[in-house]
Amino acid sequence: MAVKKSEAVLDPLWNNNPIALQVLGICSALAVTTKMETSLVMCVAVICVLTLSNLTISLLRHQIPNSIRIIVQLTVIASLVIVTDQILKAYVFEISKQLSVFVGLIITNCIIMGRAEAFAMQNPPSRAILDGIGNGLGYSAILMATAVLRELFGSGKLYGYSILPTVSEGGWYLPNGLMLLSPAAFFIIGGLIWALRVWKPAQVEMDG
Amino acid sequence: MADRQATGYTLLFATAICIVCGILVSSFAVSLEDLQDENAELDKRKRVLEAVGLLQPGERVTPEEVADRFAPIDPVIIDLATGEAQADAAPATFDQQRRARNPSTSVELPRNKASVKRLPDQVLLYEVRGDDDELEMVVLPIEGLGLWGTLYGFLALDADTTTVRGITYYLHKETPGLGGEVDNPRWKARWTGRRAFDEDGEFQLAVIKGQAAGAEEDPYRVDGLSGATITSNGVTNMLDFWLGERGFEAYLARIRGEAN
Repeated sequence: MAVKKSEAVLDPLWNNNPIALQVLGICSALAVTTKMETSLVMCVAVICVLTLSNLTISLLRHQIPNSIRIIVQLTVIASLVIVTDQILKAYVFEISKQLSVFVGLIITNCIIMGRAEAFAMQNPPSRAILDGIGNGLGYSAILMATAVLRELFGSGKLYGYSILPTVSEGGWYLPNGLMLLSPAAFFIIGGLIWALRVWKPAQVEMDG
Repeated sequence: MADRQATGYTLLFATAICIVCGILVSSFAVSLEDLQDENAELDKRKRVLEAVGLLQPGERVTPEEVADRFAPIDPVIIDLATGEAQADAAPATFDQQRRARNPSTSVELPRNKASVKRLPDQVLLYEVRGDDDELEMVVLPIEGLGLWGTLYGFLALDADTTTVRGITYYLHKETPGLGGEVDNPRWKARWTGRRAFDEDGEFQLAVIKGQAAGAEEDPYRVDGLSGATITSNGVTNMLDFWLGERGFEAYLARIRGEAN
């Protein structure tokens, strides 16, 4: 694999986005994107876990017995996620309260296992770290874009600051309640995938 | 290097990974535990302050300020059945959830509207006293089932045991923007001045569908949360339960008696 280093980071942003092209990690993208603040913490948590798990798996790639490799990956990822959750609870308590179970669910985020199995098992640590950061950023880009739209139209705010004063706060904007429900994220992510494929037609899957 | 396919090597590797990961996870959990408990306790205290109006929602305060503002608030442990204060109990180490789980300090309840499964014998509540040591407010812990899980919060009642001074939740799993609006400061502000009981001492307060008038004209009803009927009903039910005979009835009767 002769991937250039800058490509390892930048490729997952537009050309090979884990959510938009590989359609992985949708579950958490639905759950935590009602607000930008929670999304941002989730993104940072995923980038950290993904980078560290890629690094760990890559360091161990010649030692891991083939027959139990998935379990080993899962153990490493689960440990990193629990540690992340503990750190969030200790240092950003308010936000960890809002993220509730979803930090724990990073374990089941397919992006992380996907990158461990597909990339870190075959590549040296330096490249695996870059791949982790890149895919984490790709995930974050979609998550933040979704969160901006949902928070703005769902509660008239951006990052907690009022942009469109809502009727319940004495303003004029009647919030779109659908935006706060999980299906809204499906529509938005669907729309983003559509837009991305209009821009980069190479990503369109051909029939047959 | 050993043969990576050999069973012995596989077992050895699995054991090593388990030990390393186990040590990593448990050392983080143990070393951060104190900080986490502190956070949870501080958060709970902030919600108590919010319920009695000593802290504005969204206001950022340091732990020292929280301690300062907590000065007029006394934690008191009471016996639920008799309503009497338990002078020998230590509020600092009191854990109501643990008490409710322990069969020797709790009873299993029949089905009830608030879906409270086990009731502890003792409960920690807060009494707010003025400068002349006169009781001004009581802050009662409440809990009950919403849509996705149990909501835990506080209800602040005036010393007349009927007028609501505030309500807050510190732990719940309701949908952000819908049931999660129990945290909305504007909705919480609607509670102030409503009355829990009518002249005959019957519980009347309810979260209704739609809008209620002001606290003067419409003292027994509070605006429902739109899109969150089950959460709204859950709030009504938990108030009904905790202000009823299984809950703080005995305690509230004692307070009323002392005031007269």
